[in-house]
Amino acid sequence: MKKTENMVWRFFASVRLALFTLLILATTSVIGTLIPQKNPPEFYIESFGQRTAQFFQMLDVPDMYNSWWFLSLLFLFSINLIVCTIDRLPNVWQMVVLNNLDTDPERLEKMPHRQLFHASGNTAALTETAIALLAKNGWKAAHENKPDGSLIFSQKTPWSRLGVYAVHLSILVIFAGAIIGSLLGFKAGVMIPEGSASDTVYESRTGSPIPLGFTVQCDDFNVAYYADGATPKEFRSILTVQENGKTMIDKRPIIVNDPLDYKGITFYQSSYEPMQGFNVVITNTNTKVSQSFQIPFGQKISWADGGIDFGIINQEVRSRMGDVNRLKVWFSDGQGEPSIFWMDNSASQTITTPTATYEFAASQVYATGLQVAKDPGVWTVYAGCTLMLIGLYVAFFLSHRRIWVYITREENGDRCRILVCGASSKNKIAFEKEFAALVQGFTNDSSFQNA
Amino acid sequence: MNSSQLLGITTFAYLFSAVLYIAILVFRAKKIGLFATLVTAGAFLVNTAGIGLRWYESHQMGIGYAPLSNMYESLVFFAWSIALVYLFMEIRYKNRVLGAFSMPFAALAMILAGLKNPDIKPLIPALQSNWLIAHVITCFIGYAAFAVASGMGIMYLVKDRRTDKTAAPLIASLPELKVIDDIIHKTLVFGFLWLTAGIITGAVWANSAWGTYWSWDPKETWSLITWFVYAATLHARFTRGWGGRRIAWLAIGGFVSVMFTYYGVNFLLSGLHSYGGN
Repeated sequence: MKKTENMVWRFFASVRLALFTLLILATTSVIGTLIPQKNPPEFYIESFGQRTAQFFQMLDVPDMYNSWWFLSLLFLFSINLIVCTIDRLPNVWQMVVLNNLDTDPERLEKMPHRQLFHASGNTAALTETAIALLAKNGWKAAHENKPDGSLIFSQKTPWSRLGVYAVHLSILVIFAGAIIGSLLGFKAGVMIPEGSASDTVYESRTGSPIPLGFTVQCDDFNVAYYADGATPKEFRSILTVQENGKTMIDKRPIIVNDPLDYKGITFYQSSYEPMQGFNVVITNTNTKVSQSFQIPFGQKISWADGGIDFGIINQEVRSRMGDVNRLKVWFSDGQGEPSIFWMDNSASQTITTPTATYEFAASQVYATGLQVAKDPGVWTVYAGCTLMLIGLYVAFFLSHRRIWVYITREENGDRCRILVCGASSKNKIAFEKEFAALVQGFTNDSSFQNA
Repeated sequence: MNSSQLLGITTFAYLFSAVLYIAILVFRAKKIGLFATLVTAGAFLVNTAGIGLRWYESHQMGIGYAPLSNMYESLVFFAWSIALVYLFMEIRYKNRVLGAFSMPFAALAMILAGLKNPDIKPLIPALQSNWLIAHVITCFIGYAAFAVASGMGIMYLVKDRRTDKTAAPLIASLPELKVIDDIIHKTLVFGFLWLTAGIITGAVWANSAWGTYWSWDPKETWSLITWFVYAATLHARFTRGWGGRRIAWLAIGGFVSVMFTYYGVNFLLSGLHSYGGN
């Protein structure tokens, strides 16, 4: 029993399993990039035929990254990470906190980097000289008296051994953030026409309504174009948030890449839809009387108080979506000939009749398309990402470097034997240079003679 | 002088630099070594000036943006990153033979850029973000390191294949296998850190634009596949002691995945990243 337990443990702790999982994740991930994801079932029948489509549905290929088998692979990957960490971390931790002044002298003689010196004088004085030399080369040292002399030790970044475990942990933190997000958050969307408000958004996949607990109103929506007239420059919505009849956020503009956040729910500018209608404002510039209308296309409207009839009788559409570029206005205040003219959308035009002048402003009514997301896991994910970058840097570019100087009195005579030795957890070539520089420091010091 | 002309000169300069390094290798013409380095450094400066001028020109047009937004601009920046990584390695390893296996990538990137439309086009709203700069820079430094690593992988395989037989003088001038192996490893590690940073900056940007840091769009997925491939490679090396030919092959294979992520996805698959293909 013990043995099988051990075998199962070994299996889950093994790098072989990690390599296997990484390569399987890499290969299977390709599938979802070749076969379009999250399309309706008919799409797969049309593109791949009945039988293949059926086979795809069986294996959840149309939504493979959320399928039971792909999530199982990620689960296996996590178990592998956890078991491997539990398996190795205690030993590594021992190395980090190890008291290296207890190192067995015999092991020092076998260190990968060694240099022997001789020196005259007593061990206490030589210890002091050696510590000063180490300090000069950037090694802060401690020492301990031994029965036959003195042992000096210095190390750099022992904790760098933990870097790789920080990376492993960071992956689990990111997964945890993703799970928090999928359990407690939602992705939704809503279309709000200008001048309207909504207290409900609709879940992106299922379309089921999600009550917000407050209302979001679209006061205004605008598309700005670059000089070429075709490339959109900015999509801008002005949003107002109201809760219990109180205005919480007043007329906050949002654009792509600059969303609005209220109570952990974020509203992103995502799309828009031109509507069949216009916002019109007519101002009599003599009397300063002004009136706003929301009017449909192609209908005669009367403003009784102003004695005015008007309508939008033609429009020039920019794109297939139906954005109006220019519109043709018919306008009459009963004095003289009616004015008929083309004007740009979202612009205004001065109309002069025999008795008055008017400002006529018109803009097409839009609905703004908002993407609405709640993801309480996102900061956990970001914390994981930060930890990963720090961990990778530590794991790749820092190493645990150790230097010992072992000073012993020689049995005959009054000379001392000095062993300078060291080891590095990785990047041996760089350490070799660092060690050589230190040895050079000892060689240059008149107290020590090369042995 | 406009940025397109400067970048045109850059193309020829990188090509010339690649030819010089190959000449050093083939004819063992060590005398032209310093000249090759100067040509490369000069080309790198012209490349830098070209990117800077393009930036300035976009501001002159009233649509100022960092020139990192479409296929043309990213190829130019890719070439710049490769030259930067290579020059760093030449100084670090004091070996010009590496250039014969690195600079052709920079020249190739510029030639591919030459096939694209260099017009400065204004940024659509989705791209108007400072994360664009962070994302593109981190990704392409990573990509450049992987390009150089694959070049070193090819060099390793060339050297290894020939040492079996009579060691031709050409091959003898290549660094020792042990040294190439070490360079491959260091370059992969460097690239991996930047690739990770590139994926993360992309995720943060996606979250600020769309409210989802990960949506399994083909480009995202391929960057993750590439990450898996290099993660597996590094584990094989660190813990199973892989090295030599196997890592050389993985460095080449990994770069194929990088190229598919960068180039292939735009042409063969569709997704959110479509603006990168123009």
